[in-house]
Amino acid sequence: MATLGLGNTFNLLASSHPARKLSELVALMRMGWCVCAELVGQLMGQRLRLHLFHRVPERQRRMTRTRQEDDATDVGEGTDADDWTQTKTLIKPDDQLDLTEAELKEEFTRILTANNPHAPQNIVRYSFKERQFKQTSSVDQLAVHFALDGNMLHKDSDEARRQRTRLGLPDSVSSEHVVSEGEEKPAAAEGEEGVERGEGAPTESGEGEAVTPVPAEAHGKEKKLTNQFNFSERASQTYNNPYRERGTATEPPPRATFSSNVTQWEIYDAYQEDFEKQEKTKEKKVIPGRRDEKSKKKHAISETSGDDLSRVSSAAKIMERMVNQNTFDDIAQDFKYFEDTSDDYRDQEGTLLPLWKFSFEKAKKLAVTSLCWNPKYRDLFAASYGSYEFMKQGNGLIVFYTLKNPSFPENTYETDSGVMCLDIHPDHPYQVAAGFYDGSVAVFNIVEKKDGPVHRCTAKNGKHTDPVWQVRWQKDDADNNMNFFSISSDGRIVHWTIVKNEMIFQNVIQLSLSEGLADGPDGIKIPTTGSGTAIDFHRQKDYLFLVGTEEGKVHVCSKAYISHFIDTIDSHNMAIYKVAWNCYHPKIFITCSADWTVKIWENSGKTSDISEPTTRKPLFSFDLNNSVGDVAWAPYSSTVFAAATSDGKVYVYDLNANKYEPLCEQMVAQKKKTKLTHIEFNPTYPIIIVGDDSTLADDTNDPECPVPETVGDTPAQSGITQQHTAHLHSEQI
Amino acid sequence: MEGQEEKKDAPEAKRVHTYPLIRHSDMNDEMRTEAMELCVTACEKFVNNNENAAKMIKDTMDKKFGASWHVVVGEGYGFEITHEVKNLLYMFFGGNMAICLWKCS
Repeated sequence: MATLGLGNTFNLLASSHPARKLSELVALMRMGWCVCAELVGQLMGQRLRLHLFHRVPERQRRMTRTRQEDDATDVGEGTDADDWTQTKTLIKPDDQLDLTEAELKEEFTRILTANNPHAPQNIVRYSFKERQFKQTSSVDQLAVHFALDGNMLHKDSDEARRQRTRLGLPDSVSSEHVVSEGEEKPAAAEGEEGVERGEGAPTESGEGEAVTPVPAEAHGKEKKLTNQFNFSERASQTYNNPYRERGTATEPPPRATFSSNVTQWEIYDAYQEDFEKQEKTKEKKVIPGRRDEKSKKKHAISETSGDDLSRVSSAAKIMERMVNQNTFDDIAQDFKYFEDTSDDYRDQEGTLLPLWKFSFEKAKKLAVTSLCWNPKYRDLFAASYGSYEFMKQGNGLIVFYTLKNPSFPENTYETDSGVMCLDIHPDHPYQVAAGFYDGSVAVFNIVEKKDGPVHRCTAKNGKHTDPVWQVRWQKDDADNNMNFFSISSDGRIVHWTIVKNEMIFQNVIQLSLSEGLADGPDGIKIPTTGSGTAIDFHRQKDYLFLVGTEEGKVHVCSKAYISHFIDTIDSHNMAIYKVAWNCYHPKIFITCSADWTVKIWENSGKTSDISEPTTRKPLFSFDLNNSVGDVAWAPYSSTVFAAATSDGKVYVYDLNANKYEPLCEQMVAQKKKTKLTHIEFNPTYPIIIVGDDSTLADDTNDPECPVPETVGDTPAQSGITQQHTAHLHSEQI
Repeated sequence: MEGQEEKKDAPEAKRVHTYPLIRHSDMNDEMRTEAMELCVTACEKFVNNNENAAKMIKDTMDKKFGASWHVVVGEGYGFEITHEVKNLLYMFFGGNMAICLWKCS
């Protein structure tokens, strides 16, 4: 190791920061300075005197002259390292023990305690209090190994002044100058050293200069003591959010006013009332309460369950209709949009397209005895079921069907006797009059949830003695009472008026045969009675009506005369099943009969002599080759009518198109023996409904139920392009 | 605002019932029960001083349910008040005492 004389003495003033000094020292050492520090305790403050030596190896020193550029970086590194390793020799103190390997490996366990080993443990002092020597128990165990007093001086203090004077600095100079002076020294020293070493290490001095600028800059203005090697100061201003004011008005809490008056008697009354209430509730709870409550609960349960059912039922009804709509979608499409393309090629003909079939399980063995459309709901119609067979009488049914639900009736009434006819009131569509096979008539109210009729006549009040063949509602009378007519085989035509809760009857006409009295047994004269089978009222003249009889006669009657006919026409040879006024022409009516014919007549209005009824001739006569069960005028045309025959056919005529041949002749019944009993036009839609009667059918295994059917008909010349017919027929198994 | 006594010399009514009887209240159940019990306590504590009873009721209600309660305790008076909804109790107690308690700020 070679040392190069005393380089520079670096006095550190106590006022400068020790850490900074240290960092400077380290920097110096890295530059190749050999630093030797000694602590000089002088005066009050501690002063650290540093002796700086610049260490340059001899070899290097020799070479620097020749290699000026290279050694700049090598000085502190490679060559130095070689020197250090070369000179690494172990120096032992003189008094070091020579120990063997085993001794060296021996372990000595020392327990370190907090006691001061140098502290005396046997100090005895005299206690004046107790007047004797006493050993002091507490010995100070504190040992100070190193103490460093503060090295900062206030610049105005005496010590600082003294130091300044010693250094020859003026008093007024601020401490920073003192410090900076101290800092400048190494730079100066470096400069000197650079000169001493010759100018061979410019990079080194450059390096030194690179370090110094920072303090040099700080020297002038800044008073802060910054790290002169690595320091930069930054500052920025953050954005201050502006303040804003927001205000809102809330709704005031709701208030109410209350007023009352307090008096002693009011207080007393209130207490009395409350007390009575309490008593009552007590009584209720104690004695009969439980049973009542239980029964009430039961009631409530049944009521609610009933309500639930009814609530569900309406939903179920809608559901059922939806399902049906889906199932019968194609039929519904036909009903709405059917157009027979073949109409274009046939002028005088039309067709009937079957649509729905309506059947009901309970009506299996019964025949359809009449049909009637509801005047308000165009999709709703009523059908009565009974039996035309004298030997097979049983119960009857009134069934309401809707086109929207062909699979199940909307409403049903079961009766003990066969229903032979029904009529729905034109103004009160919920009122249904029905005539029974036993001769009674009844009125049903669909709206009322009642199983039976609202009114029904008995033997005491005007019941017919034979089956009632037709009932017809009349306009409400002067007192706004509902009234209707009924006609029966017993020859009576009865006018029924519903007054409040009872039906009042009035015989209008007693039909009789023209022969007058018949010879009875034992020479008794028996009054003969005609049997009415059909009745129809004139659409314009309220008093005028037609009566068809079993004898084949048609009586033109008036409500004004009892037992007197305005006119009598000997129209058919067998029983008349239907008489009907034309919907438009006031004088035209049609009859159908069991004698296979349908005849159209003109009511001349003249009061003809009863004695010559046979002279009358019909306007038209159509032979349908079978008993004609029913005939009906179309509601939309004065010339169109339809007839249903017992051989299962429906004939549709349009006199305007063809006076002799039907527009269409449609086999409707599915079995040969099935008779068609009744036919009815829908008041709005071009459809017909046909009822059938197959009580004679004997194939008992037929799984089919009474089935309604719909047929589309297209009279090409009638002016109406299309006409469907619904047809209802019932079959017996 | 607090206590009002108007009739002291009311005729001695037949004191059959002395339980608290709520004549009118739109409070919720919890509040009503608490207010009623408070009224009973106050009236029993200050039997002969309606003013103090009213003061006690008012102070306690102010503490428990917020400020601005008004109380009238008396044996006979008429009143018409505006109160905040759900903050009114009008009750009888002791057979001759009527307490009207409401909040309105």
